[in-house]
Parts: sequence; C-alpha cells; structure tokens
Amino acid sequence: MSVAQAESIEDLKARNKELIQEVLKVYPEKTAKRRAKHLGTFEDGKPDCGVKSNIKSIPGVMTIRGCAYAGSKGVVWGPIKDMIHISHGPVGCGQYSWASRRNYYIGTTGIDTFGTMQFTSDFQEKDIVFGGDKKLAQIMDEIQDLFPLNKGITVQSECPIGLIGDDIEAVSKAKSKEYDGKTIVPVRCEGFRGVSQSLGHHIANDAVRDWVFDKQEGKPARFESTPYDVAIIGDYNIGGDAWSSRILLEEMGLRVVAQWSGDGTIAELEATPKAKLNVLHCYRSMNYISRHMEEKYGIPWCEYNFFGPSKIEESLRKIASHFDDKIKEGAERVIAKYRPLMDAVIAKYRPRLEGKKVMLFVGGLRPRHVIGAYEDLGMEVVGTGYEFGHNDDYQRTTHYVKDGTLIYDDVTGFEFEKFVEKIQPDLVGSGIKEKYVFQKMGVPFRQMHSWDYSGPYHGYDGFAIFARDMDMAINSPVWKMAKAPWAA
Amino acid sequence: MPQNADNVLDHFNLFRQPEYKEMFENKKKNFENPVADAELERVREWTKTEEYKEKNFAREALTVNPAKACQPLGAVFAAVGFESTLPFVHGSQGCVAYYRSHFSRHFKEPTSCVSSSMTEDAAVFGGLNNMIDGLANAYNMYKPKMISVSTTCMAEVIGDDLNAFIKTSKEKGSVPADFDVPFAHTPAFVGSHITGYDNVIKGVLEHFWDGKAGTAPALERKPNNSINFLGGFDGYTVGNLREVKRIFESMGVEYTLIGDNSDVWDTPTDGEFRMYDGGTKLEDVANALHAKATISMQEFCTEKTLPYIATKGQEVVALNHPVGVAATDKFLMEISRISGKPISEELTKERGRLVDAIADSSAHIHGKKFAIYGDPDLCYGLAAFLLELGAEPVHILSTNGGKAWAQKVQALLDSSPFGKGCHVYPNRDLWHMRSLLFTEPVDYLIGNTYGKYLDRDTGTPLIRIGFPIFDRHHKHRYPVWGYQGSMNVLVWILDAIFEDIDRNTNVVAKSDYSFDIIR
Repeated sequence: MSVAQAESIEDLKARNKELIQEVLKVYPEKTAKRRAKHLGTFEDGKPDCGVKSNIKSIPGVMTIRGCAYAGSKGVVWGPIKDMIHISHGPVGCGQYSWASRRNYYIGTTGIDTFGTMQFTSDFQEKDIVFGGDKKLAQIMDEIQDLFPLNKGITVQSECPIGLIGDDIEAVSKAKSKEYDGKTIVPVRCEGFRGVSQSLGHHIANDAVRDWVFDKQEGKPARFESTPYDVAIIGDYNIGGDAWSSRILLEEMGLRVVAQWSGDGTIAELEATPKAKLNVLHCYRSMNYISRHMEEKYGIPWCEYNFFGPSKIEESLRKIASHFDDKIKEGAERVIAKYRPLMDAVIAKYRPRLEGKKVMLFVGGLRPRHVIGAYEDLGMEVVGTGYEFGHNDDYQRTTHYVKDGTLIYDDVTGFEFEKFVEKIQPDLVGSGIKEKYVFQKMGVPFRQMHSWDYSGPYHGYDGFAIFARDMDMAINSPVWKMAKAPWAA
Repeated sequence: MPQNADNVLDHFNLFRQPEYKEMFENKKKNFENPVADAELERVREWTKTEEYKEKNFAREALTVNPAKACQPLGAVFAAVGFESTLPFVHGSQGCVAYYRSHFSRHFKEPTSCVSSSMTEDAAVFGGLNNMIDGLANAYNMYKPKMISVSTTCMAEVIGDDLNAFIKTSKEKGSVPADFDVPFAHTPAFVGSHITGYDNVIKGVLEHFWDGKAGTAPALERKPNNSINFLGGFDGYTVGNLREVKRIFESMGVEYTLIGDNSDVWDTPTDGEFRMYDGGTKLEDVANALHAKATISMQEFCTEKTLPYIATKGQEVVALNHPVGVAATDKFLMEISRISGKPISEELTKERGRLVDAIADSSAHIHGKKFAIYGDPDLCYGLAAFLLELGAEPVHILSTNGGKAWAQKVQALLDSSPFGKGCHVYPNRDLWHMRSLLFTEPVDYLIGNTYGKYLDRDTGTPLIRIGFPIFDRHHKHRYPVWGYQGSMNVLVWILDAIFEDIDRNTNVVAKSDYSFDIIR
C-alpha cells in the first residue's frame, strides 16, 4: 500500500515538503538553492505548479535530459520518412538515435524511405581542422547518386558544426540550386544550444518554416481542398500512435492531409498550410509551427489529448466544435461506436488497477496527458514532472493534477530515486535510463517514451493496449519474488 | 472495429486489419506523393546490381549505417569497471543521455554517468566552471570512490584542458585533494568506441602508476607473478569476464582484471538499486603495476594501453578476441607460459568437449559461407573460429578496423584453405555490406542487432553476435571466450542453421520430406 493513501492532503503536502528538504540536503549549498526552485507541491487554485522550468541543468547531477540535436533529429525531423537526415558531425549522435524512437512508418527502407537508417558525415579530425563544408557537399552528391528516390535532405548539426564555423546554409542553398530546387534543409541544432531537447524542437520548427514553407509560397495544393481538411501536428507515431489517432479523425468525417511527423512525408509538410485546422497533440515540440501557421496562413489550431476514453471523448468534441454539424454528429457516432469497447476494457482492467499510485517523469506532453488515462482505470498520479517542459506546460498541468501532487522539474537521478523510495508508488512511468533503477528496487515500471516497445497508446485502440500493459506491469508475479524468502 | 478487450491486439496485428490497411493506402495515394510502383521496383532491383555496388564502394564522404560508435561511449564502458567509480563526461549533456540509453538497451541494466552539461556560454568561455561545479555535485550526491573524467567532441573542439581543470577544481574544493580523478581526452572525431576504452584504461593506469597527476610520488614497480587482464570493449563483458576469472582460478594463477564491469551490468532485482557493484578495486589497479605481464584480449582496443604498460617493464600479450579451439589454446598456453602453472585438468577436459561438439556438428557447418561484421578483434576471432569449423568467412567487414587490421585478417585467411576466396573490408559500413550480400551472397550473416535490416533486405539469416544486441535478451550473460564460450558461439551458429533448414523445408507435400526429425 502506498504511503500516500493513508494521509490527508495536508499531511501529504507536509510530507512532500519534508521529502524535498531531505533530498536537498545532499547538495552543496549553491546547488541546493538552485534545485529547490524546481521541486514543489501542486496547490489547488494556483495558475502553475509552483516550480521553475526550462533552466540550464546543473553540472554533475545526472540530469535525464538530452540535447537540441535529439529534439530536432530524434523528434521532429527524423520521422519524415522520404527525406534523408544527415547526422552531421562525429558518428555517435546518429548511432545512438538510430531507429531507437520507434517512429513507425510504411515504405521500402533504403529505396523510397529512410527512417530506420543512419546517415552520417562521420567527422574525422581533419574535418574539424579544415571544416566540413566540402565533405557535406560531397555527401549530398553521393546521396543523390545512391538514393535517387529521396525527396529531400536535412542537415542535422552536431556540436562541432557551430563551433568550427561551417556554413551549412550556403552548402544547402548551392546544392538545392544544383538539384533543381530540391528541398535541402540546414538545421542548427547543435547539442550545446539551449538547455535541453526543447530548443531543438523550436529550431527544427523554424527550419520547416524557413526552408519548406517559404519555398511553397504561391504553389497550389496537390489535392482538391475540402472543408474538412486537418493536419495532425505533434504525433510521432510511436508504436503507431498517429495511426490509431488518424483513424478516429477520419471516422468522424475529417480528412487528414498531413501527419507531423510520424509516418510523415515532405509532401504532407508542404500541404499543411492548406489545412482548415491543425490539431496539436504534443504542444511542447510543435506549438511553434502551429502558431506560425495561424499567424501567416490563418489556420487555427486546437490542442487535444488522445490518451484514455475520457480525454478522447472530450477531444473529439473539441475538434468537432471547429466544424459543422456533420462533423459534430460524426464525433458522437465515433464516441458511441467505441464506448462498448472502452467499457469492456475498463471492466476488465479497472478492478485490477483501482487505487494504484503512479509517479511519472517524461518529456513533452505525457507528464500531464496520460493522467486522464490512468484515472479512467481508477489509478492516481501522485507525482509528475517534465524533462524539458516550460512554464506553459506547468500551467496546462494544473488542469490534470490533484491538490498535493509532488512536482519535480528536470529531476536528477538522485532525487527521483529518493522520491520513489519514500513515496513507494505502485508504478513508475519514465524512460530507459530510469527503468532498471526502479525495477531493481522492486517497483513496477513502464517506459513512457517508447511505450516499452509496445503501443500504440493513442486513441481507442491504443487505450486497450495501455490498460493491458499497466496491468501487466503492476500485477506481474515477478515483483513478489524480489525478496528471497530467507532474507530479513 | 479490430480492437478487442478479451484479446488485445498489439501493433503487430492491429495495423494489419482491413480498416488500417485501407487507411494506409489512402494516405499514400492522396497525400504522400509516392514514387510510382514501377520506379520503386526498378530502383530496388538496381541496388542489388554489380553496377550499384561499384558506385556504393566509390563513396568517399557519406557513411550509411556504420558499425561503430564514438570514443566517449567506450570511455564510459571502461570507467564503470572500477570500484565505485562514477564516469563524468565533460561536454554537452545530451551525449551522456545517449550513452546511458545505449548501454541500458543492450544490458537491460541501469548505467550511471554524469555530464558537466556545457552549453553556449561554456562554448565561448570554456567549461572550467562546469567542471568545478560538476565534480562537487557528483562527489556529494553519488559518493563515488573515484570519478573518471572523459570528454565529448564539444569540449575537445574548444580545447578544454582536463588536467588543468581538475587541478583547479581540487584547489577550489570540489573534491578532496587526494580524491582520485583520472582523466582521458576522448574526442568523438578520432577513432571509435574502442579508442575511448583504450584511452580511459590508459588514463586510469597512468593516474595510479605515475603519481596521480603530480600529486603523489610515482609508484616503483616491484615485479610479482600476477597477470593483468584487459577485456577490451565487449558486449559480452558480463559472461566473458566471469568465464575468464574461472579460467584463471582453475589454473591457480594470480590475476587482476582491469576494468571489471561484469557486476555493475548484472545486478540483482532484490529491492535495492546498486549504483556501483563490483569493479576493480583501486588498490588492485595500483598494484597491477607490479604484475609480470598483461594480456589484452583485444589488440585493437588496447593500442595505446599495451605499449604504455610495456614501458613499465611488463611483458604484454595481445590477442584478437580468441574464439574456438586454437585461439583458446593460445590464450591458455600464454597464461601457462607466463605464470609457470600448467593448464588445469578441468580446462583440458572442456577443450575435449568443445572438440567433441565440433566433431558432432561440423557436417552442418562445413563449407557454409558467412559474412561477418563488427569490431576489428571480434571479426578476427570469429573468422578464425569459422575457418576452424571448415566454414568460409567470405566477407569480413569492419567500420572501425583499418589497414593494419585488414592485413592481419588477410594473413589469417591466407593460412587456411577455407580462407581462399574470402575478403576483408576495412573502414566500410553496413550499406557496403548490403551490396556484398546481393552481389556475392552468403549463407549466413553474423553481426549486431542492426544486421536485421540486412537480413530483411537480402534474406541472409542473421546470427546475432556483437554489440549492441537490443532485440534479443540476455545474450550478454553468456561468455563467448574460453572453450565454454566457444561452445556458446557454436550452438548459436548451429541453431541458426537448423532453424533455416526447417524454415526451408516445412511446406506440406512440397518440401517436407526433408523436414527431418533427426539432424
């Protein structure tokens, strides 16, 4: 049983305070002062979660964060399947991010799609000393030669590029001209820029604006527009998430003209300014381009949440409210159609999960978005935090969390371990670096970035898998075996 | 509606349902601006040709699907092999997130490592303050006995001086003056992960042997009879190092494993998270100076470390990832020669069992053609074993193996009649291998997880031996060294062959006369 369960809200808040004070003790004074601002308890009625965010990580503390390259290549650009994304710099960054994010796509890899491949300029010392522009130009030629069906190229800058003063923009422009206006996008997502993945998302969004949209000015859409055209923004199709979302939007009568960026293509990116509404799942990584399209093309955008039936239902109605009665009726039809499935899933799993406590620490939208799905199963999220959230994420989080929820921004390995040790949740949802730490402690765990190699978790079809997976994690017989019977 | 609460469909089956298939077709047709089917087919076939292979091998600048990682990864691999040691990587923080993820995906274990989290300001002013704060924080939070510092390419490009930075940090009180902080510069744009291993091991030995960066007197060597052992960068480190310990103990030889990460990447689930576990004791690292000799299991992982050790007056022996009878014989005979102890009865019996197993099974392996890729020593060791089995290692490819490696492998091929017609490919990647598998097909492919794409594209069954292995579990727990380890490799190869034969003979009333019950 969780410690939290036995306590009143006031006790809980006092416990959180004590817990935070306790973990801060380990730090040198200066660090303790800085970390204190990132740890807190949500108080009902407050406009945010009472923590600072989007600030530089402190050296040596074991932050869980990644870098701008991860935000651009790994998140935003990497899934665009018919383009070739060059990891420009030394070999490692591309190697570690090679096919590890599970952005599902359909295509003939190596021929017309390139998602699960690793293209790198594999920088050597001479490239650092003499610059890598010539090599980059030659790489583009070799790509054209060997992968003639590619629809475009992006240059994903690694740390050295910005430090040695390479002009990847000039190379990209020259090669684009040489190849008849081919889309070639230089992205300045060097890993040392900014404080986390987050700036990489922003830089990648800006690169779409500057190097894809601006080229399309005045060109007609490749298809006949309809009043029901929408684009899915900020769904990376992890384990097929965008697919189990798209099917619902289509069933309610909308036409999805683009997916950003899971299973996406350059043609879809180019078509998006012709959409009537952008529906935005991951606000953190793609609000920038949504705002741009609103300002420049007058396309409204609407945030939605496809985790768990309560939020899906709410979101379908919210999206439908931007359209006519046909779509509104369509939304009701979809909700009604899937209700028996949802009832059956909840009837099966809720009794096994009721009252279980969850602690989360994830990236873009999930520290808040998945809370409703857990609640649909009768579970309670008692602690949450963002790897790279900003204040607007913490503001949005207030609509999801309960009074007294422990909040930890850019949590350190040490803090997370201590929090879990003390709070003893029934489940922790975080990433691969955290998974085995908590499993060793005997705490059930699900990776909430990669869906632990399962998924999809979005949409109605995905919720059935989500519920099954949470049950499988928490109620696995393995956790009863962690202690040897003869151990004290 | 395809989904069902009673029988929840996973992604494998969900997306094959008609609703989804139709959706995919419409998405492609209406919005993806797809390449015409005929054109797709034409290019697909073209990539299988000799003409494409020539173009592919003419590549000078582009690397596609390399079989190597960067130096700093190897640095972390080496650092976690010492008692209660925290790897500290000076540079951008995203790199550390990547190394930790990469190792955790392979070992299914936590990997603890910190970063100095350098950002734009550090790029301009240098990362000294990041080092000062970072060491203080890491020391206080994670209570290590040693912090092993290495670098990312960012710190290297701006030219941060680790020796000076660590000295200044100690003066500022980040860690006590006598606290061990060995360091190694490990630029990602030089060499590969095996170079990073080499540099960190050498850095740690220099630290302990040569006076701790000027803060203590250099140690004086007093030779004893012990043997030092270096495993090199090795995905099977958990199984291998335990096997090596057993071998030394079986022969009653005094030994020190330098960089023993076999426990930290194999901790129990018993309610406790062990950030540190096992590892070479720091005093043992210091005392390793006095050893009679050092054996490196992987020559190309210790190109700097071994010559350094040799300057101290030790004999050094470099092997190439020995697998099989002759290579293991050599390994054991070297231990025996150096220590003066005979090879134990136990090990001799194990040798006989391996030979017995080979005799039982060789009919199924003899004459089979293989392609191998991976780290240079691994490729060498596996090629030697295949030759011993009467198989032909037709393509031997390494991204981080260079000319010297290629010559060595060529000499190996020249030494066996089964090596005729086999080729070695230094500094090539898996897109080169793809061409080779089309133009000069083989029966089986040996490599890491990424080889599954080659298996899919070319139909060459993959036998997973290498690093990383992400999509099969627990392989790292098995040794591939020693006679017992060689037995594991033999069994994995045989399993793949038998499964392949079954798959090719299981069609009812067509081929299942050969679907034999006894093989």
